[in-house]
Amino acid sequence: MENIIIEVKELNTYFDESHILKDVYLDIPRNAVTSLIGPSGCGKSTFLRTLNRMNDVIPTFKKEGTILLDGKEIYDPDVDVVDLRKRVGMVFQKPNPFPKSIFENVAYGLRVHGNNDKKDLERRVEASLKEAALWDEVKDKLDDSAMGLSGGQQQRLCIARTIAVEPEVILMDEPCSALDPISTTKIEDLIHKLKNEFTIIIVTHNMQQATRVSKYTAFFLHGEIVEKGLTDKIFIEPEDKRTEDYITGRFG
Amino acid sequence: MISMPRIISPHHAQKIMNVVLWGVGLLAIVILIIIIGYILWNGLPQFSLEFIFGNPVGSGESGGIWPMIVSTFYVTFIALIVATPLGVLAAIWLAEYAGESILVKAIRFAAETLASIPSIVFGLFGLTFFVVFLQMGFSVLSGGLTLALMAIPTILRTAEVSIEAVPQSYKEGSLALGASKWQTIYRVVIPAAIPGITTGIILGMARAIEETAAILYTVGAALAIPMSIWDPARPLPLHLYILATEGVSLPNAYGTAAVLVLIILIITISTNYLVEKYTKKMMGR
Repeated sequence: MENIIIEVKELNTYFDESHILKDVYLDIPRNAVTSLIGPSGCGKSTFLRTLNRMNDVIPTFKKEGTILLDGKEIYDPDVDVVDLRKRVGMVFQKPNPFPKSIFENVAYGLRVHGNNDKKDLERRVEASLKEAALWDEVKDKLDDSAMGLSGGQQQRLCIARTIAVEPEVILMDEPCSALDPISTTKIEDLIHKLKNEFTIIIVTHNMQQATRVSKYTAFFLHGEIVEKGLTDKIFIEPEDKRTEDYITGRFG
Repeated sequence: MISMPRIISPHHAQKIMNVVLWGVGLLAIVILIIIIGYILWNGLPQFSLEFIFGNPVGSGESGGIWPMIVSTFYVTFIALIVATPLGVLAAIWLAEYAGESILVKAIRFAAETLASIPSIVFGLFGLTFFVVFLQMGFSVLSGGLTLALMAIPTILRTAEVSIEAVPQSYKEGSLALGASKWQTIYRVVIPAAIPGITTGIILGMARAIEETAAILYTVGAALAIPMSIWDPARPLPLHLYILATEGVSLPNAYGTAAVLVLIILIITISTNYLVEKYTKKMMGR
């Protein structure tokens, strides 16, 4: 039995009347990469954003079912969403650094959580940038605006910004879809490095990417999980015809 | 298929429109230069140390305009320290908290209406409310508060638009790092909106600094330097108005106008410079 960090049971979500996720069950193993694949509009991004409660801001959003993080329901009234998002970080589809200096981008989460010790911030910013494989490229221009970086650098900065607050889980919503192949390779290398320390859940439209980076995969279709399990198993001998059709490019 | 006969080819139409658009653009600039040039041409010869830093003699037919310059900065300062926080906070509330209720629409409509009400109406309101009802008398305070009322809608609308223009992705990035809504607003949204907010404040300030009708009934017309907010004063536009309409001294009216134009130009240009520098630092280009 694997060590499970997130346990999703009987999850149903709605926007207004429309039923997005239907009876989703999924266990996320700790310190491994799990890919969520499926055609556009199948609910995988909604699923991802339910895990750090980013959907809370949408007034029509409704959730039923159970999501346990280390055994604790994350939608319980006594759960502080700030603490939750500290533990479950997120990297977005389009790199979204703040219009601040590179240093301040990485220090942002730490400052928000009350760390204003200059020495400590410097140390953590450097460590995070090194971990995100960006340090060598930016160490001489930490005071420059992050907006001047290339798209791939910006995305690695966003990853550095996320790991700076030391989350347990990192959600990645198609982190490479706006990037060129070389930048994509760098992010994938980074994911390989980070998985020893973090649990990573990545939404991707790129089948090869799913096979390259993840140990586990879940295939979403029309808001349901059709198949889930070891990535190798799903891609080599899928059990469900629909999974096979999707991964071989017959639809989606 | 019926095709319209072509009167002129697209190529020629493009050329004609190029000329027309360039011509209209240049015309607008030429008119502006003529007006400013005319004022400076007639006003600059009046400039002297005595004119700028001296007290007026008589009712302004000779002597200087120093008290008017001081009065102008005084009432504008009061207008801005009242209007800026109110306008910006209201804009934050409208853009980030209020949502889309009927009340909010009414507030937005009221702000737009206020921005287009003739300034003399603000002057009348200032007279009945600040001067008479609140017994502030003809004073820098009455005038400054009346100007603040005029500047608030301008600041509010401009600030609201620039806050709304901050990309959603910045806010999501901040929230996803565990920042609260207010932390997100003051650490990310407001810094990103600062150039727009500053523009709004400058527009509001320009409206206050050049305003005559709104202060006509509220600030008095004293020739001496106001020593406190309770003293009456005579800001530059009012002085200019009195000099010109009462036939006191047309040359001095031009001199006063030139000072006013220069003050506004200096403030606008230096603010633009600072905003551009800030934007460049923020956006890295």
